[in-house]
Amino acid sequence: MKFAVLVFPGSNCDIDCYKAVEDTIGQKVDYVWHTSTDLSGYDAILVPGGFSYGDYLRCGAIARFAPVMNEVVKAAAEGKFILGICNGFQILTEAGLLPGALRRNSGMKFICAQTQLEVANNNTAFTSAYSEGEIIDIPIAHGEGNYYCDDETLAQLKANNQIVFRYAGDTNPNGSVDNIAGISNERGNVVGMMPHPERAVDELLGSADGKRMFTSILNAWREKNGAAVNS
Amino acid sequence: MKAKVYVTIKQNVLDPQGSAVQGALHTMGFEEVGKVRIGKYLELNLNTSDRAEAEARLTAMCEKLLANTVVEDYRFELEG
Repeated sequence: MKFAVLVFPGSNCDIDCYKAVEDTIGQKVDYVWHTSTDLSGYDAILVPGGFSYGDYLRCGAIARFAPVMNEVVKAAAEGKFILGICNGFQILTEAGLLPGALRRNSGMKFICAQTQLEVANNNTAFTSAYSEGEIIDIPIAHGEGNYYCDDETLAQLKANNQIVFRYAGDTNPNGSVDNIAGISNERGNVVGMMPHPERAVDELLGSADGKRMFTSILNAWREKNGAAVNS
Repeated sequence: MKAKVYVTIKQNVLDPQGSAVQGALHTMGFEEVGKVRIGKYLELNLNTSDRAEAEARLTAMCEKLLANTVVEDYRFELEG
């Protein structure tokens, strides 16, 4: 299986994503610059956190028009696995690959903290190694992670089981609608989330709960392609 | 031609910056202040003299890039 980690000017979690793939599942992984116009060689695309293009105008607004994003849209349509983390989530919503938008945290502060997430849907390629309802420990680091969508969209998200992670209990750190921390598209191959699983892949980092997102993706890919082609 | 573009958070969407400024103004004794909304103001110089075309182009710019219409409204004024 081969992973691409997109790199925009201002990405700062690209190395964490690269290392998470390398260290947790040992698969091939490349950095792919935002000007690239070919993602055909990759099975999964990670859109990392950071401050793409300085987050000028709006988080993700400018990155969404980078040449590589046309290829991400194409890859999404082909059913490839796409995971947007933090700024990556913001970019995927701006690109229209995921519904809704991310607003400034309701408390105005940038928050960098461990958070408890509830796995709301373990029936995705990204979360199959978790149990439904399981509480996991994944850090957040964002100033604009307050997920918003209108009532109609929220009803659709619920009806299609697209809410993947919620902040557990009443710990909602940023004011997100329905405590949403991560969602998927209707097909389930595109996931965006504000918390950082790539920063929770070893107990040394405070938690290893993010590891299973990467093993889930690999397992899903193996199932799809047959274990024989695993490399 | 010069365009002034205003982007604001939709009325039904929480504006934490506006709320923080409102709170500060109240603390300072400006109790008459009701709701505060904070937005963005952009000045664009357009290389055209066709007003109708400029309006159509500006609408496209706002819809595509300058505003996120999920959470923001926009309006613009043309000068010259």
